[in-house]
Amino acid sequence: MTPMLSVRDLRVSFATDDGVVRAVDGVSFDVDTGEVVAIVGESGCGKSVTAQTLIGLTRSPNATISGSVMFDGRDLNTLPDNELRTLRGARIAMVFQDPMTSLNPVYRVGDQIAEAIRAHRSVPKAQALRHAVELLESVGIPNPQRRVRDYPHEFSGGMRQRVMIAMALALEPEVLIADEPTTALDVTIQAQILDLLRTLNSERDVSVVLITHDLGVVAELANRVVVMYAGQVVEQASVDALFAQPRHPYTRGLLASIPRLDSPRSDRLPQIPGSPPSLLTPPDGCRFAARCGSVFADCVKPPPLVAHSRDATHLDRCWATGVSA
Amino acid sequence: MSEAPLLEVTDLVKHFPIKSGVFIDREVARVRAVDGVSFTLHEGETLGLVGESGCGKSTVCRAILQLVTPTSGSVRFAGQEMVGRSPRELRPLRREIQMIFQDPFASLNPRKRVGQIIGDPLELHGVARGAELKRRVQELLERVGLQAEHYNRYPHEFSGGQRQRIGIARAIGLRPKLIIADEPVSALDVSVQAQIINLLDELQREFSMAYLFVAHDLGVVRHVSDRVAVMYLGKIVEQADADSVYRQPRHPYTNALLSAVPIPDPRRNAARQRITLSGDVPSPIDPPSGCRFHTRCPRADDICRNTEPALLDTGSGHAVACHRPH
Repeated sequence: MTPMLSVRDLRVSFATDDGVVRAVDGVSFDVDTGEVVAIVGESGCGKSVTAQTLIGLTRSPNATISGSVMFDGRDLNTLPDNELRTLRGARIAMVFQDPMTSLNPVYRVGDQIAEAIRAHRSVPKAQALRHAVELLESVGIPNPQRRVRDYPHEFSGGMRQRVMIAMALALEPEVLIADEPTTALDVTIQAQILDLLRTLNSERDVSVVLITHDLGVVAELANRVVVMYAGQVVEQASVDALFAQPRHPYTRGLLASIPRLDSPRSDRLPQIPGSPPSLLTPPDGCRFAARCGSVFADCVKPPPLVAHSRDATHLDRCWATGVSA
Repeated sequence: MSEAPLLEVTDLVKHFPIKSGVFIDREVARVRAVDGVSFTLHEGETLGLVGESGCGKSTVCRAILQLVTPTSGSVRFAGQEMVGRSPRELRPLRREIQMIFQDPFASLNPRKRVGQIIGDPLELHGVARGAELKRRVQELLERVGLQAEHYNRYPHEFSGGQRQRIGIARAIGLRPKLIIADEPVSALDVSVQAQIINLLDELQREFSMAYLFVAHDLGVVRHVSDRVAVMYLGKIVEQADADSVYRQPRHPYTNALLSAVPIPDPRRNAARQRITLSGDVPSPIDPPSGCRFHTRCPRADDICRNTEPALLDTGSGHAVACHRPH
């Protein structure tokens, strides 16, 4: 089976006043039909740039993009803007982090959803609005008939995120890219939105690329996980393998540094020292070496992303796991 | 703990009026941000204050420091009443209470050098000046994990975690007895968050400070707190030592909050029983009658709709405001 979305050696760099920032540096992964792939990492690791590049949102005069994003037999990276526009929103949709700023405050919510529909399909406005009501209902917004006529400011944060999801689903996309969809929300509302995404994924078979910094959210929703650090993938595995046997020291450090509710209280939290390297001048060797507790001579060379065990789908970018395996 | 508490907050109320009118401002409604909150904090102790956006936890912090004037109630620090004092009378008390803010990008003046940001409180309170001041500031910088050479830099030259360290250095410079930390790690990445939590922990031991630690992350609060108070819509609904709140939550809201936190372990997540609360938090302008949580509570019945439950001790210091506790 060919994957729904196949990303190969994606590289994105931006020319800035300070120099060239290599935000994404050789990222490859596949997303199968109906699969939830989480890209997890900290601020500045390149996860959002990766997600945005999938649908051409990082195209700009100062950006250099290479590599391929294969979708339905076509490379989205080389697709002209007008052709990409017919796919974007219709077959690949996106949900953004901040539900406060990603809706237009001066248009009614129903009109915004109807506009998205009518941009891709020639249907009368009344019919698009009826569809908007159904969509709002399907994402669990009470009183959808009345609510389509409301403005974004009349919705709470969680409800706005539901509107965003309704809009993304309007044209029944095959792939949904969700960039930190619950980060701005409270935990009880986050639980509602995660439930909704899970239901949509299983009922409609939508593939989801989930961008998040929260490993708890990853464990809740994802089938496969891509861990990014300083623009590169450092580990990639099924969700069970990643949480049961994290290999890369960064993944292990991240998991250990979360104060968890399900384990006994410790006196001191294990911490990763230091901070990530600048992407203007990333180190030549392993990018995590400066913060890693188990550095040895090989770490000055760049480690490859390879499988170090019998599980061929569990990849990591560390010299040490190669030695011990 | 029998000795007198360091901080005693009793029936603290803060309502913000909503005004309307052309010539004369009429009060048309009020936001009941904090509506009768009481707690105590002892020397060297950490009280975690948790709750979702808009529950009033930040307003509690501000009302303690008199940054907003409480509508009613009392805040006693080391035996002295703070409500109703003039700014001049408050100044010596403020030296003993310092605050750490959430946003390390907004809470440092971008036009001031780091040395000045940390040194100003010391100078204002007449603790040190001149070369002595510089030496003290450089010591503080090193104590919070920065370098003495950072003295002449500007805030924009630092990362989020480092800025939070600058904010901490500013807060501990006067050797306060109480630090109010309002979401001190929520803006930080996980790996940096652990560094800052550990730093706060070390400093607390070294200088035996009390912390009022406000956060929405229940995992973080459990890690740092001796006692925990859970707020919902301007009121404390449950309060007890950290272990009993997390092991045996009595209030249905606490229970739902805890079950909503995703655990970074797919197998345990799948095995866990979940309570998903329906709906949103009601508006604090017009809070529900009776128990404020009854509109979202899976256990609510008639008494909850009509009678407001008091925060009562159910034994061994575990207080809960609920008619139908677990």
